Amino acid sequence: MNNVQKQKRANKGLPFFLKDEFKVSFIIIFISIILLISTFTFDIVPPILNRGIQPATFPKGLLVLIIILTSIVYYVSFKRPWEIKKKLPQSFFLTLLSFIFFIIISKTLDFFLAISLLSIFVSYCWGERRIFYLVLVSIVFPIIVFIFFETILGLRFPPGIITNIYYQV
Amino acid sequence: MENLSLMFAPLMSSKLMIVLVFGTLFGLILGVLPGLGPTTGGALILPFTMTLDPLSAIVLLTAIYCAGTYGGAITAVLINTPGTPAAAATCLDGYPLAQKGEAGRALGMATVSSAIGGIFSVVVLVFFAPLLAQLAYEFGQPEYFALAIFGLTMLASIGEGSPIKNLIAGAFGILISTVGKDFMTSIDRFTFGMNELSVGIGFIPVVVGLFAISEMLTQSTLLDQIFKRVAFKAVKLPSISDYKKTWITILRSSGIGSFIGVLPAEGGTVASLIGYSEAKRWSKNPEKFGKGSVEGIAGAEAANNAATGGAMVPTLALGIPGSATTAVILTGLIIHGVRPGPDLFREQPDFLYGIFGSMLIANILFFIFGFFGAKIFARITLVPNKLLWPMIFAVSVCGTYSLSQSILDVWIMLFFGVIGFFMRRYGFSVVPVIIGLILGELVEGTLRQSLVIFEGNWLLFFTRPIVVTFFVLSFIALIFPLIREKKSK
Repeated sequence: MNNVQKQKRANKGLPFFLKDEFKVSFIIIFISIILLISTFTFDIVPPILNRGIQPATFPKGLLVLIIILTSIVYYVSFKRPWEIKKKLPQSFFLTLLSFIFFIIISKTLDFFLAISLLSIFVSYCWGERRIFYLVLVSIVFPIIVFIFFETILGLRFPPGIITNIYYQV
Repeated sequence: MENLSLMFAPLMSSKLMIVLVFGTLFGLILGVLPGLGPTTGGALILPFTMTLDPLSAIVLLTAIYCAGTYGGAITAVLINTPGTPAAAATCLDGYPLAQKGEAGRALGMATVSSAIGGIFSVVVLVFFAPLLAQLAYEFGQPEYFALAIFGLTMLASIGEGSPIKNLIAGAFGILISTVGKDFMTSIDRFTFGMNELSVGIGFIPVVVGLFAISEMLTQSTLLDQIFKRVAFKAVKLPSISDYKKTWITILRSSGIGSFIGVLPAEGGTVASLIGYSEAKRWSKNPEKFGKGSVEGIAGAEAANNAATGGAMVPTLALGIPGSATTAVILTGLIIHGVRPGPDLFREQPDFLYGIFGSMLIANILFFIFGFFGAKIFARITLVPNKLLWPMIFAVSVCGTYSLSQSILDVWIMLFFGVIGFFMRRYGFSVVPVIIGLILGELVEGTLRQSLVIFEGNWLLFFTRPIVVTFFVLSFIALIFPLIREKKSK
């Protein structure tokens, strides 16, 4: 039995809206339609200032193209079903969660602290248990990066509870 | 001839030589580490290049490009995992040969053929880039529009993925380029009331997100993967009989790689696959392919390194990236105020030939470092992902923040990291997004300027022979992968 037949068989049991082909195509088309609708809110340039086409025309064309091509991809998937993916492991969701925490902490507390916490969290979740390496990854390395960017590139990091101490604010 | 002497200026400058050595070593490390590579590495190092003069900055990026492309072969041979996508075909014969206890021979063949392919492509670059630039003098806005369309349609044939998915990804890249103020009318587009988005979405946050962060997420799903590294004593230069077997393959693949590289948007990955399959097709022993054939290694490696010089041809002569990494190099040129195109050849030959020369030297340097240091570089693969990726995250975040000191750029990077992960999971390549983003402004700008010239009459595009030629080539570029797909069924 070839792969295509195997995929078709495995896919048969699932309702169409649970198949990856449908979910991915639906999300792309849905977002494209929302963006397409938003292009109608773009300002219209008076003919005297208009250079060739209206500013909304080009993005509109692109979005229509994306919708058409995605529909073709979905249609083709009836004949050639997509490979069924393994479920994403817990470590993926924890890493994703760490990004969300990073955004919150970098915005509210400190940019540098957010990098340190993410590093230790990700490293721990991925299986590192040795204290020395956790300290290396979460404190020593970010400090090296911070000093490097600060001194060589003259970069000023956003204010926060740790960076303010460094900048003696 | 006078210009050729400018090629060796890097040798005269100790600063440029230090940059070259650093770039080559860094490129090798990037190439060796699976998941990283010259594109991600180039994007990460781009902010650091701001402390350098334009020539040193581009020399650094090109050295990373050349060495990184070769570095992927070390991992391909020793752990059966391509360090870069361009080294995927090298796994097919490199690893089986290493398993037979001949890892040194496999790496030796990869090193020699990579260096020959790379040097061959620099020669192509030196002779063809000025010719192409001269041709580009004839180009007006409609011709540039047609050329950009040709570049975009070439996305259809990138890699092994679905051509239609590649086109969707390319269109998505162009769409990203439309975010912000319209450059002709200053009308806000897709800014959703956020002032920070008025300047558009930067290239670096998107590249770092799509390559580094999405790879970090991918690695988080592969924690149970165990790499088995084949032990070896030293890299061995190919024997006389190996040279006899492979010299035609190396030359053929060098030619193929350079040609594929010149085509807009194509790069080392496509070149190595074609180089490998052509080596098999012309071989007297095709049955040995996949079982440790040195011809297979030579065919893939010469082609992927030959694509580096080839890809620089349209990048420098036309401002159209020949591959994902040259898109990063193009951004480096723009950031440093260098405008690629025909004028660059007339106005700054010393700059241009400095790049050519440094690429030549980078190919020689990675041959030396690869030959004597492959064993050390191979040890880098032992750095566990649980330590490596948090460190890469720290550098990615600081590097992205540093360019415009905007926290929004860091969030955009994370956003594109997640998008990139799901794109790759469902078979959409992220490379077309990068090329689309780079070409987006060119496509829209030249289209609108052409329509001004033509007073809104679209049919006038077809009255210009170069435009028609590019449209025909675009049509072929669209049809070819579909025919290939049908044949492979």
